[in-house]
Amino acid sequence: MAPYIVRRVAMMVLMLFLLTLVVFVLFSLLPTDPARLTCGKGCSPAIIAANRHMLGLDQPVIEQYWNFVKGLFVGRTYAADSPQPIQCHAPCLGYSFKRHDQVTNLILQALPTTIFLAIGAFVIWLVFGITLGVYAALRRGTWRDRTVMGISLVGYSLPSFFIGLLAIFFVIIRWHILPFPNYVSPLTDPISFLQTMILPWIVLAILYAAFYMRLTRNQMLEVLGEDYIRTARAKGLPERIVIRKHALRAGLTPIVTAAGLDLAGLLGGAIIIEAIFSLPGLGNLAVSSVTDADLPLIVGITIVAAVFIIVANLIVDLLYAVIDPRVRLT
Amino acid sequence: MSAFLEVRDLTVSFPTEDGVVHAVEQVSFDLQRGKTLAVVGESGSGKSVTSSAIMGLVNRRAASVMGQVLLDGQDLLAMDDDQVRQLRGSKMAMIFQDPMSSLHPFYRIGAQLAEAVRVHNKVSKDQARARAVEMLAKVGIPDAQSRADDYPHQLSGGMRQRVMIAMALINDPDLLIADEPTTALDVTVQAQILELIVSLQKEFNTAVLIITHDLGIVADVADDVAVMYGGRVVEYASVDDIYNHPQMPYTLGLLASVPRIDKDLSDRLDPIPGNPPSPISLPPGCVFAPRCAYTDKVPGEECAVARPELLQVQPGHLVRCHMDHRTRVSVASSVLAQIRTGVR
Repeated sequence: MAPYIVRRVAMMVLMLFLLTLVVFVLFSLLPTDPARLTCGKGCSPAIIAANRHMLGLDQPVIEQYWNFVKGLFVGRTYAADSPQPIQCHAPCLGYSFKRHDQVTNLILQALPTTIFLAIGAFVIWLVFGITLGVYAALRRGTWRDRTVMGISLVGYSLPSFFIGLLAIFFVIIRWHILPFPNYVSPLTDPISFLQTMILPWIVLAILYAAFYMRLTRNQMLEVLGEDYIRTARAKGLPERIVIRKHALRAGLTPIVTAAGLDLAGLLGGAIIIEAIFSLPGLGNLAVSSVTDADLPLIVGITIVAAVFIIVANLIVDLLYAVIDPRVRLT
Repeated sequence: MSAFLEVRDLTVSFPTEDGVVHAVEQVSFDLQRGKTLAVVGESGSGKSVTSSAIMGLVNRRAASVMGQVLLDGQDLLAMDDDQVRQLRGSKMAMIFQDPMSSLHPFYRIGAQLAEAVRVHNKVSKDQARARAVEMLAKVGIPDAQSRADDYPHQLSGGMRQRVMIAMALINDPDLLIADEPTTALDVTVQAQILELIVSLQKEFNTAVLIITHDLGIVADVADDVAVMYGGRVVEYASVDDIYNHPQMPYTLGLLASVPRIDKDLSDRLDPIPGNPPSPISLPPGCVFAPRCAYTDKVPGEECAVARPELLQVQPGHLVRCHMDHRTRVSVASSVLAQIRTGVR
């Protein structure tokens, strides 16, 4: 297993390298001129040229990329020849002149919110998705099964901005059950953190739970028809052990895969939910960086989001081998 | 004397969207401790459903199961699910056709055996494990102590079927149902597995119900034979009578379709023409009539319109056929003579 992990990690590094290269080249091909965007209307060509030099945009793309990669590992200094050089410490993903801050800092500030949002929703959707999926599978063809599947279909079809707005309108505006969302760190004020997060968690979880209900139900139905489930029953095991220990365990593999990748995707920012509930997470940051054409920030967020996916892929593959002993990691 | 296992008028039907599937109709048989009954028939003849119904493995929400299954005098079909569950794996056990897929791929075989021990006995994990290893050794798994930590995919098909047998017999059941136990195995391994079942049966005085379509196996291990067709028992007799005095045309067809090593290689096999009936739309008369070569020996259209009864022709020999006794015997003796001489 160890050689496999080493090889996979090496592959992962190579992928990350290619990823930064592609992202960097793509964004350097954009028609927008980042230097032009550094100052407002009526900004003179001299200032633009100065800013271009400060950003390092007057250098060839290869060199810019080299500086970028170097910045990731050892940090870099912008405008080194000016009286006020800007230090960007490793891992430096770039410097946002729009926000006058290092991209890494901006991302690190936004990341906790996104992580809290993603993990809270993740727990809710797994619990409800898997429980209801198993329930529907065990009552296949009955009205209970159809009810669960109907709920799932509705949840799956309603866009999250619609559910989100409904939730805000009724829960917050009409019924005054919760105060208006106002994100604070759970360390400062856990109560108001929970009050803010509970709706986004639920709304985000609804979409995924709907999907996981169907996935779990289908998996369970498939596994329940397997010969080894009949063997487990023939042994005289109580039905709940047959379900939990034998069927669910075997049906879990694709669910783990999907869950890992979905969670990783969300860690890159849940754009719609964060926007609706004005959560200062990566998704919101991404949206505003795009509207501002803040290229260094866009590049940084893209790379961070992609890193989550690549790492999650590796973890999921390793988990696969833990769950299924037939999977040999070689 | 009442038998250890008495099946009376067992009827299983599944309502489906296309109509009711009559999988098993009015099946009755007896089985004594230490004896072996073979249930023989083609795919779809209802033999596997019969065994599942005895084990209580037919989902009774999805199927109607009627009749009686008396195990040691207790009617399994009258019990609630949990009572039957407690008998499964302890008093009656089952091994299945495909050992590749019948073991859980994610658990070590020792753990799967120990689980079977612990569900019916209050013993510690170590005791259950020791029992599992003991049983693995008994069914001929070499180096059982360390093989117990193997996963099923690390074993060969024959070894896996041995594990299945060990798991079935680990709680000393009085009834063992073997559903095509050798079908998925190599011929050389088949013989070993059968030998193993027979020797363990002798040791524990187990009643064995063996389900098969292989008449070779029947001759080797069975005391009595129930031939099933279209969900019904069509002939029931001692193994000796089935081979030497068969009477039902379907049984004759089965015997004629067995390849024989002493026959000339240029001879073709003699398959029974046609296909088994669909259990949704069974023929109105004798279920075998559409494939039967002897319906003209019965006056009128009786084979096509009336279901024959399963009647006793001799003590212990029951036949379901409209032909009269004399005609059956003469048809049978001519078919047997053809099989023996290889001339048709």
